[in-house]
Amino acid sequence: MTATTLTSTQGAGRAGDKIFSGAALAAGCLILAVLFGVALFLVVQAIPALTAPSAEIQGGEGFFAYIWPIVIGTLIAAVIALVIATPIAIGVALFISHFAPRRLAAGLGYVVDLLAAIPSVIYGAWGAAFLAKEISPAYNWLAANMGWLPIFQGPASATGKTILTAGIVLSVMVLPIITSLSREIFLQTPKLHEEAALALGATRWEMIKMSVLPFARPGIISAVMLGLGRALGETMAVALVLSSGALTASLIQSGNQTIAAEIALNFPEASGLKVSTLVAAGLVLFIITLAVNMVARWIISRHKEFSGAN
Amino acid sequence: MSKRIDVKDLNVYYGDFLAVEDVTINIEAKSVTAFIGPSGCGKSTFLRTLNRMHEVIPGARVEGEVMLDGDNLYGPGVDPVTVRSQIGMVFQRPNPFPTMSIRDNVLAGVKLNNKKISKGEADVLVERSLKGANLWNEVKDRLEKPGSGLSGGQQQRLCIARAIAVEPQVILMDEPCSALDPISTLAIEDLINELKDQYTVVIVTHNMQQAARVSDRTAFFNIAGTGKPGKLIEVGDTHTIFSNPTQKATEDYVSGRFG
Repeated sequence: MTATTLTSTQGAGRAGDKIFSGAALAAGCLILAVLFGVALFLVVQAIPALTAPSAEIQGGEGFFAYIWPIVIGTLIAAVIALVIATPIAIGVALFISHFAPRRLAAGLGYVVDLLAAIPSVIYGAWGAAFLAKEISPAYNWLAANMGWLPIFQGPASATGKTILTAGIVLSVMVLPIITSLSREIFLQTPKLHEEAALALGATRWEMIKMSVLPFARPGIISAVMLGLGRALGETMAVALVLSSGALTASLIQSGNQTIAAEIALNFPEASGLKVSTLVAAGLVLFIITLAVNMVARWIISRHKEFSGAN
Repeated sequence: MSKRIDVKDLNVYYGDFLAVEDVTINIEAKSVTAFIGPSGCGKSTFLRTLNRMHEVIPGARVEGEVMLDGDNLYGPGVDPVTVRSQIGMVFQRPNPFPTMSIRDNVLAGVKLNNKKISKGEADVLVERSLKGANLWNEVKDRLEKPGSGLSGGQQQRLCIARAIAVEPQVILMDEPCSALDPISTLAIEDLINELKDQYTVVIVTHNMQQAARVSDRTAFFNIAGTGKPGKLIEVGDTHTIFSNPTQKATEDYVSGRFG
């Protein structure tokens, strides 16, 4: 009797379990299949450009000579965006999570989230039509006073449509991503650790340094990497803001180009080998993003022993 | 290195709700005072008002006086940060900083407020504090390992080491053994016995045997019913409270008739 009751466990719950585990497995496989499909497409389509004789590639000096200036341009724009956005985002997130009165915090968090809802083409238009014009006097000043630094070498662009402007627009776009993720992490800091710091006689800032920031470190890194992903791949804003050209060290002259904007601007009129070249550029962008994410994971895992997880 | 605490007519509120009503109690220096009472009677809340840690809870506020050797903790211009550096606290669940090594955990409070300390001094202080918390022999070979790798009882002693490293006047303990096994509990109780030679110790406990074992004086808190404020019913020598209390409620509680 007991044997039968123990073995007969076919109820609705059992079927639900099976359906759920099947659905979860399918979803997991689907992600892998999509990723693999995209990678396969990129590689297959890129092969003609990678194997073509150098003279036939745009610029006439082969794929590598074509791609590396825009890789550098992409990285410059993304780094500018992160250098500006990360400290501001962490500051805003800390203000919302630990300093602002509760009502103000809720409102402010909402406003920051709204920033993420603005379409990128609007940011592009704003950057091109407004910010570039307003910021060009500042570029002139930089060229006159800091011109000895290669990155601020004059003459500054008269239109202000430079890689620095593009970077600033990108920083506004990645700001809400980094802010809202950091804020969520900051709010999850165990009360226990905050109280431990306060009970030792820590000021609020010291409490944040001792308990909140160490706890949130992996989360902040993930948030920054997500922001970096957005900055690397952002197309429309850069295409509208940047008056592109050859690779230049100066951030305040027109010039430079990013991979995403290069693809977007040239794809509609491309054919034959040109399409293949652009797809190959896309493959390079894909690899960069993948590498960035892997490095981020490695940084996070390096300090696992000291993380709050154990 | 120890001061007495005199509390007079203290009320604690959460918003408009009166949580603890009209507590007047004198806590002797270099002694162990235990707070006992049923759950929700306000003893932990009251303990937190002794180093202004209740201010972390939104809406919590107090009326009345808490004098640390004559200085009112709630006087005008008194900085809660200074109060807490003089009155340390150990919590219910061990809470070493997970991202810090054992050594850095001990030094955490000392390095606050931009104080600089040489490596030699730091070594001496770490050893003295860990010895003071009866933990030195267990961790001396792994001071650079994370504090979160220790057992629960060791973590709690690490927290005590961290608290005594800043040389406070008073150490408050909020049910320090409630998350620990009996062996670890015994280690902490032995430690409390040693701590009272140098510090004023106040301990909240659910465990009446523990109060009887470790404390010199015991205060019994009670609550008339849900929604009513907690009150201090009686305070006296531990021996008297457990053998010959003046209040009926105290006698019922310590004899196990309720709570």
